[in-house]
Amino acid sequence: MEQLTQFSATELARMIAGLIGVIALVSVNALFLIWMERKVAAHMQLRPGPMEVGPHGAIQTIADAVKLLGKELITPEEVDRPIYLLAPIVVFLPVLLCFLVVPFSQSLIIRDMNVGIVLILAFSTLTVLAILMGGWASNNKYAVFGAFRSVAQNIAYEIPLLLTVMSIILMVGSFRLTDIVAAQSRYWYIFVQPLAFILYIICATAETNRTPFDLPEAESELVAGFHTEYSGMRFALFFLAEYTNMFIVSAVGAVLFLGGWRGPILPGIFWFLIKVYALIFLIMWFRWTFPRVRFDQLITFAWKILIPLAFANLLITALVLKL
Amino acid sequence: MLEPGIEEKTFVLNLGPQHPSTHGVLRILLEMDGEYIAKADPVIGYGHRGHEHMAENRNYLQFLPNMGRVDYLHALAYNQCWCMAVEKLLGITVPERAEFIRVITNELNRITSHLLWFGAYLMDLGAFTPFLYCFDDREHILDLLDRVTGSRLTYCYYRFGGVPSDIDREFIDGCFAFIDRFRSRWKDYDNLVTKNVIFINRTKGVGIITPEMALKYGITGPNLRGSGIPYDIRKSEPYSAYPLFNFEIPIGENGDIFDRYVVRLAEMEQSLRIVEQALVKLPNGPIMAEKVPKRIKPPAGEVYQAVETARGEFGIYIVSQGEVKPYRVKLRVPSFATLSFFPEMAKDNLVADAVANLGSIDVVIPEIDR
Amino acid sequence: MLIDYLPVLIYMLIAVGLVGVIVLLSELLGKKRHTPAKDMPYECGMDPIGDARHRYTVRFYVIAMFFVVFDIEAIFLYPWAVIFKSLGWFGFVEMLVFIGILVVGLVYVWGKGALEWE
Repeated sequence: MEQLTQFSATELARMIAGLIGVIALVSVNALFLIWMERKVAAHMQLRPGPMEVGPHGAIQTIADAVKLLGKELITPEEVDRPIYLLAPIVVFLPVLLCFLVVPFSQSLIIRDMNVGIVLILAFSTLTVLAILMGGWASNNKYAVFGAFRSVAQNIAYEIPLLLTVMSIILMVGSFRLTDIVAAQSRYWYIFVQPLAFILYIICATAETNRTPFDLPEAESELVAGFHTEYSGMRFALFFLAEYTNMFIVSAVGAVLFLGGWRGPILPGIFWFLIKVYALIFLIMWFRWTFPRVRFDQLITFAWKILIPLAFANLLITALVLKL
Repeated sequence: MLEPGIEEKTFVLNLGPQHPSTHGVLRILLEMDGEYIAKADPVIGYGHRGHEHMAENRNYLQFLPNMGRVDYLHALAYNQCWCMAVEKLLGITVPERAEFIRVITNELNRITSHLLWFGAYLMDLGAFTPFLYCFDDREHILDLLDRVTGSRLTYCYYRFGGVPSDIDREFIDGCFAFIDRFRSRWKDYDNLVTKNVIFINRTKGVGIITPEMALKYGITGPNLRGSGIPYDIRKSEPYSAYPLFNFEIPIGENGDIFDRYVVRLAEMEQSLRIVEQALVKLPNGPIMAEKVPKRIKPPAGEVYQAVETARGEFGIYIVSQGEVKPYRVKLRVPSFATLSFFPEMAKDNLVADAVANLGSIDVVIPEIDR
Repeated sequence: MLIDYLPVLIYMLIAVGLVGVIVLLSELLGKKRHTPAKDMPYECGMDPIGDARHRYTVRFYVIAMFFVVFDIEAIFLYPWAVIFKSLGWFGFVEMLVFIGILVVGLVYVWGKGALEWE
């Protein structure tokens, strides 16, 4: 009991401060990422992108966000109301929770837990649940299609993701993200585990539903996929979750393969953010270059290529470590 | 008879009229068996304007601008077809320079049409970037055509007996500059699309039109040539100045989406060749026939004229009874035949493939609806 | 032990509250005007035909079943991965057998054609 009271005073303060920080980060990050995506896309497509609101359109997304906030929330008649209303909240929650263990620098981490990476993997899977809830409750054929596809896709790519991350865990011997960064003091893991890095990026792209794996929201077939019936702020939450998820998979990627906050001269947080945004840029680059794969190709690609490769990578890692 | 409690196996999904990939207002009723299509049923007529009936109520010249609205992507070919049909009725021969100008502008227009298909099709497959690359190139042609025809999309440039305005030096230089620029772009397109593994996987062996089926359904244009049948009206029933130029008819082998894609790309190159030759050989002389009557009142008779548009064979059949208005006009549009094959292509395929197929046959909905 | 996770729970509760407030706020702020067409599910501008919750491909169940099998096996491997370095060769061989069985399973379903989407 004593332990509990002692804990609550300091910990609670830390939690609240952390959450405020995370909320601020999530919003600023989403605003920045959306702007970045539009600019990256525009420059890849020989056009300037948003230019009107603010210098180089920098506050265009804020204007968009304000507009979304004032939009009418349409609830179609035949939806499953409780599930329909809950889905946007459920989709956003795991995203916030993942930030608990992300080490922005040596000391800038809300809670350095010993199950770090497992916690992120576990919570990020919850997003699927929200997509299924939203799609099913919408009572719209396109949404239901999108939801099914999303679930099938996410679970198929979950397995190679787990196996790939495991090969890094083997080398470190700890789930703690700070330990993983500390283990890369001599060299980054991307150099010893290049295959794992490629597998990770592919799986991460699929898990965040980005092109070429954006089938759940393939607009040329499914209109808007699982969020067809969502409007205004509810849609914004789905959107925000997607972009924040991108940040998280890139952050985990930076921790696992690029040495986290490590880097010369600049403070750790800068290095961390540079690496994260470099990975995000890579994912955006995919989106504006590739066409979309077909659903059956997507599933068989995961089972027939990624999973065997991930197994092979895991075994080779284990073998090399033993020798 | 189903047992109680067990629902019917299939369900119906509306694809369109308000759907991102129907390219206009086409509605397709898809009877779905899970992710697979059991039956596709196109519903057309949302853009019906009654062009054929309009023709009976207007004089020959008044109907001319309608042609650019039948197929807005390759308006000049339709324009030309109407002019040629009426010229045939009137017995007018068009001066050579005018024919050359018609060929040049027509082929440039064909390139814009294929470019738009290319971009829009890649967007159907989920790649957004090639779309803007194509529009960048297309913009150059539109500027050129804007210069001579005065409009950018629904052209109405040809007249009975020739063309109303001559092309100038600047247009000719612009064309050469465009040809050079466009040829340098093939590398980009190849790297971005043709060699892309995802693109190849999505298109090879998908949406096959067998030569027999193509002939049975009356499919023409790149869709037919993709199946390996070298039928092109510019060669088989030569018209205008086409016999004077060297060009090939690109054909595919398997009749799948990839072949149709390759055929269209190769056709753009052939169009460039035609434009290049026409610009070099361009004769001097009048651009308008001398004895075109002010009041167009062709003698009684019937005429059929077909041209090769970007989508295939477009034909106009006019029945004249010696009035200022045609008695009956029938438009034979290529997209109608192509779309009628779509249910066969879509059957037992995924929705994703249906979208890929629908995009690959390059239908223009206003043309079908007329 | 479990008390370590109390902060996570607290954090979660605050987060739920916060997101809830955001949604509630916009619900209160935005105006509402119902029309019959707006309240209908979107189906490309047509009246929907039949219910959206239709029967769907059994493939999804198969994929889900594989997922449960493979995912749980993968999770079993995690504790092994953490203490891998201190396990010695015995631990390695033991897990080799475990992974071997998994791979045999994968080869089996592959051979059965269960991974084809046809």
